Amino acid sequence: MTMSRPDQHISKTAGDKTGTHLPTLRDYSLVGRESALAEENGLAAAEWYSVKIDRKVLKGLMKRKDGPAIRDTIIWFAALALSGAGGIYFWGSWWCIPFFLVYGVLYGSSSDSRWHESGHGTAFKTPWMNEALYSVASFMIFREPTIWRWSHTRHHTDTIIVGRDPEIAAPRPPDIKTLLLNIFALVNAWKGIQSLILHARGRLTPEEESFVPESERSKVYRTARIYIAILVAVVVACLAFQSILPAMLVGLPTLYGGFMTIFFGLTQHAGLAEDVLDHRLNSRTVYMNPLFRYLYWNMNYHIEHHMFPMVPYHALPGLHEAIKHDCPEPYPGTIAAYREIIPTLLRQTREPEYHVRRQLPSGVDAVPYNPGAVFKTAG
Amino acid sequence: MDEGWIDACGLEDIEPEDVIGFSHGGARYALYRTDDDRYFATDGLCTHERVPLYNGFVMGQIIECPKHNGRFDFTNGEAKGAPVCENLKTYETQQRNGRLFVKIA
Repeated sequence: MTMSRPDQHISKTAGDKTGTHLPTLRDYSLVGRESALAEENGLAAAEWYSVKIDRKVLKGLMKRKDGPAIRDTIIWFAALALSGAGGIYFWGSWWCIPFFLVYGVLYGSSSDSRWHESGHGTAFKTPWMNEALYSVASFMIFREPTIWRWSHTRHHTDTIIVGRDPEIAAPRPPDIKTLLLNIFALVNAWKGIQSLILHARGRLTPEEESFVPESERSKVYRTARIYIAILVAVVVACLAFQSILPAMLVGLPTLYGGFMTIFFGLTQHAGLAEDVLDHRLNSRTVYMNPLFRYLYWNMNYHIEHHMFPMVPYHALPGLHEAIKHDCPEPYPGTIAAYREIIPTLLRQTREPEYHVRRQLPSGVDAVPYNPGAVFKTAG
Repeated sequence: MDEGWIDACGLEDIEPEDVIGFSHGGARYALYRTDDDRYFATDGLCTHERVPLYNGFVMGQIIECPKHNGRFDFTNGEAKGAPVCENLKTYETQQRNGRLFVKIA
């Protein structure tokens, strides 16, 4: 999961302060120099480090269930209905604000984790339930389902490999203005509308062509037209009722309620290593309270999720216990994570080559750096 | 031995409702056992991103890729939807004297 897909993002560094040669140009697009370099360096679709885990234990953790996600989804929709009803009832008074705050977070932020887990096909045991939730949550988080399914597939193949991963949220140097605007999903929504129009016209960007197979493209065009029809219907309803209330319920919550998406999402990879073939070095596991873990569906166990994406969200705490001996120390909370992330991102605006080096445990199971992960510069 | 049939493993080397890997002639294969003790064999790598399927998860007669959760029916190789679009090659199997043979040629 991430918050944005950089389009032709090229970062430049003025030079390093130590006098040693470092890459001075990083092209985060999927069709540029770094993309070719990643393939040359063996970083594309490579073998990744994986903690050894007993097959029977892993099979137990991978076991699919319908029960937890049915329970959580009923609670989610009930909370959406109650908070939305409260917002409608108190519309016109200040009392509607707390109701829309809850509604917005459930709609515009919690949909991210539902989109993510059902996209992996691990939320439910029953496939149609995953597909149904995926369709609904994709619209709520304002992501086109087919595009993002393939984008996320690539994110798992080539996690934070520059030129390969379309979901690097904080490229170096980070674009702080975009990150701040995306607290309310403003840049993402604007790009999303541009993409919808492009796709509704039956076209893809060159980057999208690099990861969406031909056979899937008609779905992209059809869904973009459906999304536009829904948004037009909401605008028509607003005009008919002479009120923005319909948009407060459908569409706008992605913006005004989207702040927890970036709050959770930046903890995943921001400020960590690029171009390593070891999720322990480019992903964070952050302990979170039960409410956050409900909203985020346990994606705070992010090393675990990337290393074993078949393990459903409800089994991630168990997986964490099984592999934590071979992983860096988890962050004790989101505040601890942000104490690292914010200074790192600010420093990267001046020193793009800087990143956090995660400390692996010493011992026989720990493999400090995957030998395939050393980045080689061009020339 | 009949031409093309390869002795791949013992029948009990595969747990019920599970998969193991098998290499022969530089190629990798996945060998499956269902929970009612039927045996199947397919190519070992996913048709999507060449990820080893024998590290994946068996559910009934479905094998799920460990990396992207792409699913195949391993009894006939059928791809069950995105992100897998291309079917998986399957191979005949035979059980002989407690061993699993796969017709690879």
